Amino acid sequence: MRLSAEEVRHIALLARLGLSEEDVEKFQEQLSNILENFEILKQVDTTDVPPTAQSLELNNILRDDQVAPSCQPEEVLANAPQQEGGHFKVKAVLE
Amino acid sequence: MKLNELTIHEAHQLLASRQVSAVELAQAALARIKSVEPKLHALVTVTEELALEQARQADRRIAQGQASPLTGVPAVIKDNICTKGVATTCSSKMLQNFVPPYDATVTVKLLQAGMVMVGKGNMDEFAMGSSTENSAFFPTLNPWDTSRVPGGSSGGSTVSVAADEALYALGSDTGGSIRQPAGFCNVVGMKPTYGRVSRFGLVAFASSLDQIGPLTKDVTDCALVMNAICGSDPRDSTSAPHNVPDYTKALLPQLKGLRLGIPKEYFVKGMQPEVEKSIRAAIAKLEELGAQVEEISLPHTGYALAVYYIIAPSEASANLARYDGVKYGFSVREAGSMWEAMEKTRQFGFGAEVKRRIMLGTYALSAGYYDAYYLKAQRVRTLIRREFEQAFQEFDAVVTPTSPTVPFKVGEKVDDPLQMYLSDVCTLPINIAGIPALVVPAGFVDGLPVGLQIMGKHFGEETLLRVGYAYEQANGWHKRKPHI
Repeated sequence: MRLSAEEVRHIALLARLGLSEEDVEKFQEQLSNILENFEILKQVDTTDVPPTAQSLELNNILRDDQVAPSCQPEEVLANAPQQEGGHFKVKAVLE
Repeated sequence: MKLNELTIHEAHQLLASRQVSAVELAQAALARIKSVEPKLHALVTVTEELALEQARQADRRIAQGQASPLTGVPAVIKDNICTKGVATTCSSKMLQNFVPPYDATVTVKLLQAGMVMVGKGNMDEFAMGSSTENSAFFPTLNPWDTSRVPGGSSGGSTVSVAADEALYALGSDTGGSIRQPAGFCNVVGMKPTYGRVSRFGLVAFASSLDQIGPLTKDVTDCALVMNAICGSDPRDSTSAPHNVPDYTKALLPQLKGLRLGIPKEYFVKGMQPEVEKSIRAAIAKLEELGAQVEEISLPHTGYALAVYYIIAPSEASANLARYDGVKYGFSVREAGSMWEAMEKTRQFGFGAEVKRRIMLGTYALSAGYYDAYYLKAQRVRTLIRREFEQAFQEFDAVVTPTSPTVPFKVGEKVDDPLQMYLSDVCTLPINIAGIPALVVPAGFVDGLPVGLQIMGKHFGEETLLRVGYAYEQANGWHKRKPHI
C-alpha cells in the first residue's frame, strides 16, 4: 500500500493542514510504511465481532438541564487571537 | 533527608504534627527545581509565587486542624491539564500562550485537598510520543542518565517526581504515557480504569483511551492521590458512576490467595534479556509473597499496536480539528482566504508527530477506508478486551514488563516513528481494553530503571495496589535516588 503524493495532498486538504513539498514527500514515505504495518489486522477473523467504541459499555448518562454559572464572556475572549465588539473575529467566510 | 525527598505520607505526618510548615516544604521543592531544572528540563512553567501563596493557605488550614493527606504537599501537573490562570500549553506552539479560564476537575479536586502546585510538566506535544522529545519547547532528560530519554508523553511530570522537584505529579495516559516513563525513571505510575477519573479540563487526544493518573514515589502515595482524584463528574459524562473506595485499605504486605497470570506474549521478540531477567525475578518475588503464578496466553496482543495506531490517530484527528486559530491559540492571519489562514495556522502551529497522526487518522476515517481501518480496528479491539475479561475470570491480576528495553538514547528513535511506537508495545493493550494498570520500580539494568506492570479488571485498582505494595515492601527499589 503506497500512497501517492496526490493522496497525501488530498488527506492534508481534508485535515485542513498546510504541508510543504518536503512534508508531502516525507509523509508519503512514513505513512505508507505505517499503513503497511496495519495490514497485519487482515489476518484477524472478525466475522460477527461487534466493534468497541468505548470500553466500559456505559449507557447514556443524563442530567437535569439546569442553569449554572459558566465562564464570563471576557474570560473566554481573553485567549482570542483577534476579537471585536465582544466577538471572535474571523476572516470573511463568504467571498 | 531533605524535605523535598519525602513521600506524601511522610510529609503529611511532619506537616500535621507542625514539625515542618508547608512554606518550608514548598521552598525545599522550589530550591530543588532551581538546582536541577537546568539539567533536566522537566517543567514548562514554574509557579513559584502561586506555590508559596498556596503553601501559606495550607499552613493556615493545618493550624485549624483541617489537613487532608495532600494539604501542603508540592505537586506538578502535566501541561495538558487545565489550571485556571496558569498557561496550559500541551508543550505545543499551538497553545504556547493559552491561559485557561477554568480548572480541570482534577485540578479543582487537588486544590480542595490543599495542593501546592510548583509547576507544569513538560510532555510530548499533545501527549503524542514516547520520549518527551516531541515537546515543541525542549526535551526532558532522564535523571538516571541525561543522555537518555525519560519516556513519554508524561516525561516532565515523571522526572519532577524522580528528581524530587515535587512529591507527586499528575500525568495522562492514552497508550502508556504514565506507565512507560514511570518504568524508565523508577517511579510509581497508575493508569486508572477508563472513566475512573474525570477528564473535564484534560486537553483531549484520543477520547476513548485517555485517562488521568498519579505519578508518585511509592504505592502508598499512589493510593492517597487516587483517593483524591477519582469519582464521577457531572461535567464528564464518560466518568463512571461507581463508588470510590479508600484505596489505602488495599495496602497489605502479602499476597496469599491471589492468582497472577503471566502472559507469554508480553515477553516480545527483541526484548532486552536483562530486562526480562529483572521481570522474571520480580515475578519470583511475588510468588515468594504468597501469590500463585501461572503462565497464560493473550493471543491477540500482537495486534494491539496496529489497533492503537489506527484508533488513537483517528480520534486525535477529530479532536484536534478545533485548533483553527479563531477562538484561542496560535493563529496565522496573513493569508488570503479563511481556509488558507486555517491551513497555515495548523501547518506552523503543530509539530511533526502531531501532523503525522492527524494525517494518519484523517486517512483512516476517510471515505473508502473507514471500514478497512477504523471499523476493523474497533472489531479487533473487542477481541482484545474479551481476552482480558476472560483472563480476569480466572486471575486476580496479570503481570508483565512495562517496556521491552531500558530508557533509550536521546535522538535514537526520533526519526523512525515505527520504532518509537514499538516502545509502547506492552502498555497499549491496557488502554484498548480500558482496564487499569500500575507500574512499580523493579530493579536496574546497568544503572537504568526497569518497571513491573500489574494489570487488573475494570475498577480493580485495589488489587493492583495490593500487589504493588507487597512487592515494594519486599524490596526497596523505589527508595533508590538518581545522582543528578
